[in-house]
Amino acid sequence: MNISDSTLKREERAIYDLRKLYEQYGYKKYKMSKFEEYDLYLENKSFLPSQQVITFTDLSGKLMALKPDVTLSIAKNAPSSPKEPEKLYYNENVYRTPHGSNEYKEIMQVGLECIGDIDLYTQCEVVLLACKSLQTLSEDSLMVVSHMGFVSGLLESCGLSRSVEEKVLKCIGHKNAHEVLRLCEATGVSVEMRDTLVALTSLYGNFGETLGRAEELVKNEKMSDSLKALRELAGVLASEPESECMKLDFSVINDLSYYNGLIFQGFIGGVPSAILAGGRYDNLMEKLDKKTQAIGFAVYADQLERCDTELDRFDVDVLLTYETDVDTAKLTAAVKMLTANGRRVRVQKTISEKLRYKQLLRLSDGGLEILETND
Amino acid sequence: MKQMIRVALPKGRLGESVYKLFDEIGYGCPEILENSRKLIFENEEKGVCYFWVKPSDVAIYVEHGAADVGIAGLDILLEQEPDVFELLDLGLGKCRMVVAGKKGALSGTGKTLRVATKFPNIAKNYYTEQSREIEIIKLNGSIELAPIVHLSDVIVDIVETGKTLKENELEVLEEITGISARMIVNKASFRFKTQQIEEMCDRMRIRIIGDKNGYYQ
Repeated sequence: MNISDSTLKREERAIYDLRKLYEQYGYKKYKMSKFEEYDLYLENKSFLPSQQVITFTDLSGKLMALKPDVTLSIAKNAPSSPKEPEKLYYNENVYRTPHGSNEYKEIMQVGLECIGDIDLYTQCEVVLLACKSLQTLSEDSLMVVSHMGFVSGLLESCGLSRSVEEKVLKCIGHKNAHEVLRLCEATGVSVEMRDTLVALTSLYGNFGETLGRAEELVKNEKMSDSLKALRELAGVLASEPESECMKLDFSVINDLSYYNGLIFQGFIGGVPSAILAGGRYDNLMEKLDKKTQAIGFAVYADQLERCDTELDRFDVDVLLTYETDVDTAKLTAAVKMLTANGRRVRVQKTISEKLRYKQLLRLSDGGLEILETND
Repeated sequence: MKQMIRVALPKGRLGESVYKLFDEIGYGCPEILENSRKLIFENEEKGVCYFWVKPSDVAIYVEHGAADVGIAGLDILLEQEPDVFELLDLGLGKCRMVVAGKKGALSGTGKTLRVATKFPNIAKNYYTEQSREIEIIKLNGSIELAPIVHLSDVIVDIVETGKTLKENELEVLEEITGISARMIVNKASFRFKTQQIEEMCDRMRIRIIGDKNGYYQ
C-alpha cells in the first residue's frame, strides 16, 4: 500500500515516522488493552499528570479505569528482575483532563520505554531518540534537560521543612526567583544556600556550556554525582548533530518520589506547551517492587493539530465543475488526468461556498478551463 | 528576521503604567496611546507587539501561547494556577488578599464558615491549609455586600486602601498574601525566544530594582 504524504494528516504521518524510527533502534511495539484496574492509579496517584481518571465497573464488579497513562501499565507488567532489557514503544490513546480544563480528553500518545539495566549507552540512546523524535515532528525543535538529583540534592542541603520544600520546588518549576528569595528569607535559609537556589532557578542555556555554570552550584555529593552524569551524557552526545537543540534547564521538574535521574521535555515551534516529556523513573520501579531501572518518554501527538500546515489551508487541490450536458466519458477522463499526479480533486456541478480549493476548473464542451487559482 | 515578542497587557490603570515602563526601557509603541479601535499594536523595529486583554484573561493568553509575555496580578496567578514562568515581580499594583467581615466574624469556629469570593481557589487553598470546613459562595462583583446582607460570614477579596470596607463597617480579619503585578512568560516561547525575552526581562529588572542580576536590594 502506498499512502501519499498529502493524504495523511500531520499527526498521522508523525506517528508512522516515529514508529519507523523506534523500530530502527530495535524497540518492539507493545499493544495494550484500553483498561486497567483502578487500584494501580489509586496507589500511584501523584505519578499521573492529572488526578482524574474515568472509572467504571466491569462485569465481575471490579472497578476499572480507562488508561490515563501508559508508563504505569508497562512498568507494572515488567518482570521484577529482567535478565535482558525490555525495549518497547507504544501508540495508544489515553484519557485525562488537560491542565486548566474541566473535561476529559482523549490524548493520542506515542512513547518509548526501556526497562532493565540502564547504562550510559542506553541513556544516550533514549535521549537521542527523543531528539530525533522532535526533529521528525518539526524542523524547529528543542529539548530541555535537567537532573532531579541535582535539584533534590540542593534542596536536601537547605534543610527545609517538607511543605516549604514543595513550595520552593514549585517556584523552581516556574523560574520564580523572587518567590524563592522570599521563601528563603521567611524560613531563615543561609545566604549562601539562598543565592544558590536563586542561581539554579535562573540557570538556562546550551547544554554543554551551561554545565560549567552549574558546577559553581554544587554543594554536596549528590549534586556532583548528578552533574557528572549530565557531563557524561553531554560528552557522548557532543558529536551528534541532534544534540545542538539541547538546553540545560533545571525548571524541568517532576515528582521526586517517581523520578530520580535525568528528565527532559521537548518543544516544537507553534505548540505552546511541551510536546514530549520523559525521564528516568527508577523510583517508580522500586515502588512497584521491581529490582530494575527504567527510562522512557512520551510524545503527545495530538498537539500537532495546532500547527498550521499547507495542507490545512485547502480542503482539495482542484474543484472541477461541469455542465449537465457535458460528456461523462470526457469528465471521467479529465478526473483521471488530474488525479494522476496525486492532486486531490473534487467533482461537482456547482461551485462550492464552503470548500477551500487551490484551483477552480470548469469542464464544458469547449474543454477544460481554469476559472480561479488561489495560493 | 527578528522575532516579535507578543505582550498581553491588562486593560486598565495597571496596564497603562506597565506600558509606560515598557516604553521607558526601549519597547515603545506610540500608536498604542492613540485612541483607536485597533486591537493589536506593533512596533516592528523594536520587535514587540502589544494587545490589551481583560486582566483575568492575561494568564490564559500566555499559557496558550497567544502571547509570549504577559503582565498579571498575583491574585490571578494564585487563582488560575497557569503553567507559565513567572520571571519578575514588578512591584506595581500593590494590594492585599484578605479575609474580611464584620468584627468577630471568625470567632464562631463551631460551624461551617460561609465565604463569599471572586477567588474560590485561593479561598479553598487558604482554608484547606487550616483544615477549616467552609462553604464557598462564588460571586462576580460587589463582594462587600455579602456579609452585610448575611449571604456569607466573611469574604476573601482584594483590598487596596480598606476604605470600602470601613464605610460598610467591615474590617480586615486576616491577611492571606500581598499582591503585586508579575511578568509571566509562556514556557515554549521562553525556549524559542530566549535571548529577546531575557533581554526584555533584564531591562525591566534594572528599571524596577536597579540591579541586573539582583533580586537583592
